Amino acid sequence: MINQVPVSYYLLLGAILFSIGAGGVLIRRNAIVILMCVEMMMNAVNLTFIAFSRYLDSATGQIFVFMVMAVAAVEVAIGLALLVELNRHKQTVNIDEINSLKG
Amino acid sequence: MNDLLLLSPEIIIAVTAFLVLTLDIIWKGDRRSAVILPWVTVAGAVAALLAVVYIWPAASDTYGIATDTGNFVPMLALDRLAIFFKILAVLTVALVGLSAVDFIAQRSPFRGEFYVFTLLAGLSLMLLSAATNLVMIYLSLEFLSISSYVMTAYLRRDDRSVEAAIKYLLYGAVASGVMLYGFSLLYGATGSVDLATIARRIGESQVSLTFVVSAVVMILSGFGFKIALVPFHQWSPDAYEGAPTPVTAFLSVGPKAAGFAVLIRVLVVALPEYSVNWTAILSLVSILTMTVGNLVALWQTNIKRMLAYSSIAQAGYMLIGLAAWSAEPGGWAGNGISGILLFLFAYMFTNLGIFAVAIALENQLGTANIDDYAGLIRRSPYLSIALIIFFLSLIGIPPTGGFMGKLFVFGAAIDRGLYILAGIGILNSVISVYYYFGVVRRAFFVEAEDDTPIRVSPALNLVVTVTMIMTLLIALYGQPFINLANSSAQILAAAF
Repeated sequence: MINQVPVSYYLLLGAILFSIGAGGVLIRRNAIVILMCVEMMMNAVNLTFIAFSRYLDSATGQIFVFMVMAVAAVEVAIGLALLVELNRHKQTVNIDEINSLKG
Repeated sequence: MNDLLLLSPEIIIAVTAFLVLTLDIIWKGDRRSAVILPWVTVAGAVAALLAVVYIWPAASDTYGIATDTGNFVPMLALDRLAIFFKILAVLTVALVGLSAVDFIAQRSPFRGEFYVFTLLAGLSLMLLSAATNLVMIYLSLEFLSISSYVMTAYLRRDDRSVEAAIKYLLYGAVASGVMLYGFSLLYGATGSVDLATIARRIGESQVSLTFVVSAVVMILSGFGFKIALVPFHQWSPDAYEGAPTPVTAFLSVGPKAAGFAVLIRVLVVALPEYSVNWTAILSLVSILTMTVGNLVALWQTNIKRMLAYSSIAQAGYMLIGLAAWSAEPGGWAGNGISGILLFLFAYMFTNLGIFAVAIALENQLGTANIDDYAGLIRRSPYLSIALIIFFLSLIGIPPTGGFMGKLFVFGAAIDRGLYILAGIGILNSVISVYYYFGVVRRAFFVEAEDDTPIRVSPALNLVVTVTMIMTLLIALYGQPFINLANSSAQILAAAF
């Protein structure tokens, strides 16, 4: 008989993943890696939703996760399209070199 | 009334969007797509406005999905607050669509799609301000964000447009991630994603305070990003400067209004039961927002960037109304919140008017520097007069709509004893005179290097005239607008 993993472990894992993602957004300079870090934050949220959904025995959290996955895909599609266009203009995806607007 | 009929404004806008898309494909590369499609957009917006007026008496209930098991899942509210923001959204779509006619035709080979995105963004504003469910709030917020990213990058041959869109997207994605984490914690703490149920569960006080407070703070950062409150404002000057000017006009009004709508709705739920000092938090954010916005606006040389900081400052003033309301949430919700609604209404006309003037100049000169306004009185007296009225309204000097908005918002703060907050708000309005009238000074007292008259297209002329008349009308014949704002805010108090 395997002991059940308590919900708090999942929540903790979700929080750690979210922090790693948020840290990555702040530290990394490559726009594609930043998009990946944002995806990681979204997936940490998904994990939290599913853990709560299981714990509360309600399906709403899982429905929310499907919505989040769909929207995250759309956001990445737009983001990558913009990065392709940026790369055409400037031959870089480093966000420190995207600095023609400031003040 | 039939349920489908109650959704008619949204349906009309969606159908118009797809009609414009289809016509654009049929008329590919044709002059017709540049000439007729903007007017199709405006016709759709006007039809939606009529539909909103038609459903106004029926407003007051929640609408959603009934499941097979007989459960009812509320998704959209059709209260007066939602209807008020529907009016705002529809007017924004019409005015932005009209001011974009020549700008887009001159600069982009893809003409029809711009109006499709404007309409869809308008649809998302309507959905967001009516959402009563975390799922719906999230989906419509992302709908709005994604349409805004695409519109910002619309001139994709232009470096600055693409750069602005990337900055907007990266900030926006992080902000929505943080907000979403807040949603998941709120769901975990209360076991529901419906705002009214969440309010009830919090009221029963069996939920963990730490969870709810941290969740609400994260959610506020997501909404704060949309409204561009300090410290979530860094994206807005870059996005405003790089985006095509009609899109900047939309961004300065649409997302801000919808952000306030959803902020009001969520705070009304989360606020009353809480020992957290919301008044202090909201006051602090409000003071930071207006002060930073005004001070940085002082040394801008680009009109779009200056208006970006100005709109940050304006959001700070609006937040005063929310802080005032939170000081006495049990009382009549009208006071502070109806002030915000009136302020937003006046701000929408004023800001869209200023951007119409800026677009008229940019169409002819190709740049958006404040120095371009030198000698405007000789080049186009009509635009100069309009410019003075709009800037008076942004400062808050009568007889303009901006004065009425500020009067009600600051009045609410003084009424609830928030004297320091109101004082700082008035001080900030005084600072703002310097940079607003810097533009007016150039227009009237600096000699132009080039005296060529500015040609204004009929569509832009219409926008300038309508916004100018409305800006004045809100002050000179204000009672209907005050009543509209009051009744929109009152229903909200009754709903929860």
